[in-house]
Amino acid sequence: MDLYEHLFRRESGRLVAALLRVFGLHNLALAEDVAQDILCRALEVWKFHGPPANPGAWLMATAKNRAIDVLRRERTARTFAPELGRLLDSEWTLVPSVEELFEPHALQDDLLRMMFSCCHPRLSEEAQVSLILHVLCGFAVGEVAAAFLATEAATEKRLWRSKRVLAASKRLVEVTDGEDVHRRLPAVQRALYLLFNEGYHGASSESGVRAELCHEAMRLAALLLEHPATSTPASRALLALMCFHAARLPARLDASGQLTSLFDQARTLWDKNLIAEGERLLDLSASGPHLSEYHVQAAIAAIHSQASGVEDTNWGAIVALYDTLMEVSPSPVVALNRAIAIGQLQGPDRGIDEIRAISGVERLGSYPFYYAALGELELRRGRHQEAGVHFRAALRLARNAMERQFLERRFVASQPHSPSKELPP
Amino acid sequence: MSEFVYLYRNAERPPSAEQMQQQMQKWMAWMKDLQAKGHIKDTGHPLERSGKVVKSHGKSISDGPFAEAKDVVGGYTLIEAKDLDQAAQLASGCPIFNVGGYVEVRPVMKM
Repeated sequence: MDLYEHLFRRESGRLVAALLRVFGLHNLALAEDVAQDILCRALEVWKFHGPPANPGAWLMATAKNRAIDVLRRERTARTFAPELGRLLDSEWTLVPSVEELFEPHALQDDLLRMMFSCCHPRLSEEAQVSLILHVLCGFAVGEVAAAFLATEAATEKRLWRSKRVLAASKRLVEVTDGEDVHRRLPAVQRALYLLFNEGYHGASSESGVRAELCHEAMRLAALLLEHPATSTPASRALLALMCFHAARLPARLDASGQLTSLFDQARTLWDKNLIAEGERLLDLSASGPHLSEYHVQAAIAAIHSQASGVEDTNWGAIVALYDTLMEVSPSPVVALNRAIAIGQLQGPDRGIDEIRAISGVERLGSYPFYYAALGELELRRGRHQEAGVHFRAALRLARNAMERQFLERRFVASQPHSPSKELPP
Repeated sequence: MSEFVYLYRNAERPPSAEQMQQQMQKWMAWMKDLQAKGHIKDTGHPLERSGKVVKSHGKSISDGPFAEAKDVVGGYTLIEAKDLDQAAQLASGCPIFNVGGYVEVRPVMKM
């Protein structure tokens, strides 16, 4: 039989999460070792005889037996999950206690507990995202490093520090605990949003890696919707936003692997099922008193998804939504996107005025798409020289090869002596 | 047709879960191919790394390893092939080479 894609990676996260409840968070390294070992044995046995009918259940049953072995062998040398307390002291209670923890209903919320535990307030957002990718999504250190275009040594160091913080926290965050969950939910949503964006906008130039990060973020965001405590309107809006953006993934890179802007994408390539799912979730998110930035962003993405091109996009509605977003979650980048939308609605002169008027515009000085936006608007005004200056400035700030190639092409296209028809396809 | 044993030696752990899965899928494809061509007499088994070495009528019983660590046998398969050359040729597609291992091909002795 064929295994589903990424089974080992995903099961790795489930195994660690389940083992941690038995061993306790402070034994994170032990849980990771045992999980790794179980996967290695699966590899050895399955490569000869093929996987069993239900590989996930097989792995979990193995984990349970291994957990019991470890507890028997080390219960005097180590302390384990404090919740289990004296139950581990006697053989009569040890086995039933562990079996209880491996019951399907007990395993159900493991990934959520881990997700919330990884979003520890003492960790930076980037550290939380790396930790989620490593522990929960089963990415090896080298794979996390590749996703963020960081060195393996730096990633290793960051993960090591993060794991120490995680292992030092008293216990896993219980998803039944209303207050804990309520307090950490925004951080969890934010981490998943960043994980998705890393895939969508991020540094890694390999399209496979990028799509995988998006899929992992969506898988974890979908888990939030499965539990009543975490399935808030904002969680639904977050997944809706991801659906709308993921729908564009097939069109984001053109045939030669080059980045394509929203304005130039072949919209027939957009995934209609994901757009429909985004709309369904956005409808479901419309409840409660709290309007999150994810609501507004998803609504903006929904409008783009309804248009067949730039011309028939409802820019009026988009500007109004950016006005709202500036109230909910103001930032210079949001203001820049609002100015670009105004440029579409009322012409490039107004767009440029709006960009110049952004408060804190100096904070955009290192953001390549600030200069690119000015370049596009100047180009629409027919000022090729000014456009060229802006695109060159953007090019100097490009953060990776994908951005550099994209901005190079925009620069060439902005110059009258190099009409775009002479560009490589 | 003659019989041969493949001894799989010295394979290392792939460093990530994703690579483990890829490695396993390559093995399954390789085994399936040999099976389809009628070369598998017995799929065989992987072997535990631990074990004991018994010598001198049991007067010396020690824990493994049994050879140099780099030569540890990780599993075996019973193969049918025309001759040793063909058996060796068939082994050249084994995914063990991706993880630093090698295959020892030994003819089964028959009268």
